[in-house]
Amino acid sequence: MRNAYISTLYDLAKADKRILALVADNGAIVYDQFCRDFPEQFLNFGISEANMISVAAGLASCGKIPFAYTISNFITMRPFEQVRNDVCLQRMNVKLVGIGAGFIYSNLGPTHHSVEDIALMRSLPEMIIFSPADPLEARKATFAAAGHFGPVYIRLSAGGTPDIYTEDYDFRVGCAVTLRKGRDVSIVATGGIIYEVLKAVEKLEDLGVSVRLINMHTIKPIDKETILRAAFETKAILTVEEHTIYGGLGSAVSEVVLEEAKIPICFKRLGLKGVFPSGYGSYNEMKEINGLSKEDIIRESKTLIEDKKSLK
Amino acid sequence: MKAKPIDLEKKAEELRKVVFKTICLSGGGHIAGSLSIIEILEVLYNGILRISPKEPMASERDRFILSKGHAGVSLYAILADCGFFPKEELDRFGKAGSILGGHPDMHKVPGIEASTGSLGHGFCFGTGIALAGKLDKKDFRVFVLLGDGECQEGSIWETAMFAPQHKLDNLVAIIDYNKIQALDRLDKIVSLEPLAAKWTAFGWEVKEVDGHNVTQLQEVLGCVPFVKGKPSLIIAHTIKGKGISFMENVAIWHYRMPNHEELKIACKDLNLEDLQDEP
Repeated sequence: MRNAYISTLYDLAKADKRILALVADNGAIVYDQFCRDFPEQFLNFGISEANMISVAAGLASCGKIPFAYTISNFITMRPFEQVRNDVCLQRMNVKLVGIGAGFIYSNLGPTHHSVEDIALMRSLPEMIIFSPADPLEARKATFAAAGHFGPVYIRLSAGGTPDIYTEDYDFRVGCAVTLRKGRDVSIVATGGIIYEVLKAVEKLEDLGVSVRLINMHTIKPIDKETILRAAFETKAILTVEEHTIYGGLGSAVSEVVLEEAKIPICFKRLGLKGVFPSGYGSYNEMKEINGLSKEDIIRESKTLIEDKKSLK
Repeated sequence: MKAKPIDLEKKAEELRKVVFKTICLSGGGHIAGSLSIIEILEVLYNGILRISPKEPMASERDRFILSKGHAGVSLYAILADCGFFPKEELDRFGKAGSILGGHPDMHKVPGIEASTGSLGHGFCFGTGIALAGKLDKKDFRVFVLLGDGECQEGSIWETAMFAPQHKLDNLVAIIDYNKIQALDRLDKIVSLEPLAAKWTAFGWEVKEVDGHNVTQLQEVLGCVPFVKGKPSLIIAHTIKGKGISFMENVAIWHYRMPNHEELKIACKDLNLEDLQDEP
């Protein structure tokens, strides 16, 4: 996903001199080609995220389109007030790009696990949030961010994220993608974790369960229509996110269901439940330790389908 | 055209009255910190800044950013005086439906370049504008007025390192060094000293002036950048609450409003007709 983002930014910068790549001592060699070919469009701020965001806002006030990139905690959380006051309040055309969302930086520990970023960015007026599931979608989200005037947060997993999409498709801002049609239960997921969800869905299908899988690549504005259709047609929704269940995707989906569906459905949010990420190990081990493995998704889906039987 | 110092002093006196009246009649604001920057604004807006109220968004204009946004009333007063909006708007300061609030809003007030209020932001934002000017090879300048207490924010020092790195000689920072923050003197809380040496060490060219002396301010602001290829810093030594006897250099006046008796004294000090203390 990281390489897809940077190569897309390269293409954008080539076509439009207003596009600037801003980094905070992060990105290393993946920006090499960019730096070589567009030195005037690349700025390394060193380790000073607050300054990077405010300067980005100032640059945007003069017509530049800065893409500010660093580890997702450090682009959303550390300079949160700069994002709020200088970017959103002043309605500046600044893009925030956070790399390593969720548990991707597995053994680096909880300081590097980005599990509140969606909640933070969702709380800000003007902010649009893209959370792509694979490299192709990261590329499309980057183009969409450049084409949208105003603040955008792109939440990326790291390099080496497996492909979800096998062919090109029409990425539309705020329109979720239904990856599997199904009727027993709907799973709404976002970002790199979708690869894990897909493995769970395949297993469930082997067991004869019909799963609807929705990829919510735009978390804000959220696709109400797709959520409501899932609520009416499957009566059971499981949300899956590499993030706290408070204020993230699950919260966003539940708000739509509770306020607008006005029917009884079974609902469950899978994610971190009021705890910091725990454990060290590989990315896969982190998902297991923190309740986001294929098995967890299968178990929760089955429970929801059982619960559904008691709905009137 | 450069205004005569004697005229500017007179204008500053008038502006001081307008600021005091505007805050007192609205019932709230930062009087003392607004009064310490009057001469700086007078000089900037009368002969230094290349701006026009007829074309407030001209791309080649100089920019002024009040990073210590709580002194917004002084900025409103000078902008109204320059014709960016009608002076009558000042009478509605802080009231429902007004464009003028306790902190400046760039989307509401003509002539305001950045919405400031939270300290440590306007300076970095202004640095971004200066950087854009360099990238686009434009010759506008960016002037940012900082509070001294504001210099305790970490983001100030992030930009203090960044601007010299990028040779932003189109950036001019002015510190309103009145030496008092909300609760006490800076040197009793977190001292900035040695202030000039710190900025010099960071790569800025520094000059110090009496921030109430219009001749000195004209001189120093008229010769920026001090050194080609370096950002300029002006340490303006000022008096918080300047012009009001009991307010000068007294920390409690950071936000406090005068009572009936104090109001009378202040009006006398400013040579202003009595104000009613209830708006």
